[in-house]
Amino acid sequence: MRVTNKDAAYIADLAKLKFSEEELNKMTNELDEILTYIDKLNELDTEQIEPLSHPIELQNVFRADVLLPSTPRELALKNAPEKTDSYFKSPKVLNQ
Amino acid sequence: MKNNQSCLNIVSAFKNKEASPTESVKNYLAEIDAQRELNAFNFVFSEAALHSAEAVERKIEKGTAGKLAGLVVAIKDVLSIEGKPLTCSSKILENFIPLYTATAVQKLIDEDAIIIGKTNCDEFAMGSSNENSAFGSVLNPVDHTRAPGGSSGGSAVAVAASLCDFSIGTDTGGSIRQPAAFCGVYGLKPTYSLVSRFGLTAFASSFDSIGPFGKYIDDVALALEVLAGHDPKDSTSFMSQPADYVNDLSARGEKLVIGIPDEYFSSGLQPEIKTEIEDVVSRLANAGYEIRCIKLPHTDYAIAAYYILTTAEASSNLARYDGVRFGYRGQDSRTVADMYKNTRSEGFGTEVKRRIMLGTYVLSSGYYDAYYKKAQKVRRLIKQDFEKAFGEVDIIITPTSPTTAFKLGEKTTDPLEMYLSDIFTISTNLAGIPGLNIPIGSDNQGLPIGMQLLASHFCESKLLQLGKFIEKNIL
Repeated sequence: MRVTNKDAAYIADLAKLKFSEEELNKMTNELDEILTYIDKLNELDTEQIEPLSHPIELQNVFRADVLLPSTPRELALKNAPEKTDSYFKSPKVLNQ
Repeated sequence: MKNNQSCLNIVSAFKNKEASPTESVKNYLAEIDAQRELNAFNFVFSEAALHSAEAVERKIEKGTAGKLAGLVVAIKDVLSIEGKPLTCSSKILENFIPLYTATAVQKLIDEDAIIIGKTNCDEFAMGSSNENSAFGSVLNPVDHTRAPGGSSGGSAVAVAASLCDFSIGTDTGGSIRQPAAFCGVYGLKPTYSLVSRFGLTAFASSFDSIGPFGKYIDDVALALEVLAGHDPKDSTSFMSQPADYVNDLSARGEKLVIGIPDEYFSSGLQPEIKTEIEDVVSRLANAGYEIRCIKLPHTDYAIAAYYILTTAEASSNLARYDGVRFGYRGQDSRTVADMYKNTRSEGFGTEVKRRIMLGTYVLSSGYYDAYYKKAQKVRRLIKQDFEKAFGEVDIIITPTSPTTAFKLGEKTTDPLEMYLSDIFTISTNLAGIPGLNIPIGSDNQGLPIGMQLLASHFCESKLLQLGKFIEKNIL
């Protein structure tokens, strides 16, 4: 096994997801199966190959540093699940 | 009039007063209603579409109407339209109303297209069958027990079932071409960066492309002509002036050299698909096209590289769905950390979670080099395969999908098997080149067979020219 339940639980925590025990078992097996398949990449010798991060290899794109109008606060808050007059509202950030 | 006319003919009929956009919108609304069971649309904008039709009629009267005047268009529900819902077929975006319109959609509106609704798709465009949707599966209009393909299933069905004049989808690993093949319509994935991604919900940013579905090759050319072009709001978008795709169609292109890659005709390909494509290729040879056998030796590694890179990009892109600023928020959370987990666990569907998990895994400490960097290197090998091939040939012909439309539910229990069904479309996105599905026939069950044409970066005109020749003279 490449992936254990413990690994999957750790990854879930990083990804801010939670699973029931049954879901986690299933996810562990599926990840394991997919990663086993993915191992076929190791058949290739890529020692001398440069990684490709983007299909069209662009240079930096610059623009003039001009201030443009941005989204007004009331619009930015329009889709908020909870808000105050001028802020997004969330549960406590620091755990007491 | 209707339903068997090319978009260019429909636009000129409107201009000559032989038909009216309002009448056309009403016909399509009736048709959408009559074929509700297909579940192609997440939202239909009946009133807004009728208003737009009246506005377009006034412009036609004044002679100021645009290139797409009065054409009825359906948009995949991953593209943003100001004031209209944007869900990506996910619970996590229920009730989300965007503040701006995607550049691709705005360009259509600026040319007086009428947006009739948002189409169903796999959640966040992750899937190959349209079965991963919070709105439920879409049915293939040719056979209701079969998948329409995915992820842009609703957009393919909207064209195939005559619910609009043309539609817009997105393609990250085949999500335009494969549903086009399953439903028997044309579908074009443009070169990466030819169409601005501003306002497109990001899945895998170095792969995502926006493109059209149409009943005719001319429709796809017309739509591409409007969609293509640089956008200051997408710094990755192509800087140069795009080609004149519609005029290029009628230009008599030089005889293109066609390449046939061995690797795409091996075992696992449904025999009837192979026979139909061989038949088209031999007729092209008879028509004077030079046919060459070519090699794309790294094809077999494409899916593995793709699922590392796209899930890694997705796990970063989907981090924004945290329940703070927009979309669904998980209930009963004591702390903000709880809220993130509740929101994401309740809001995302299974396939999206699976991909976030895989992407997080391959990017996590200790695995980055073994998976992510390795896959980036393989991505270059695959791109180099194509560069070498396009040094010899203009167009590569392949099947679009190894099978015709599979049954709904057939692959949902095995994620890897579902991933493998994208074998012929995925390399294209790794390399960033354009691909076109052409419907070339049917199998013995009457299910559409798709053939894929590939060209080098920004050579859409060649794809469309050969597509036009095939549509006109071969099929």
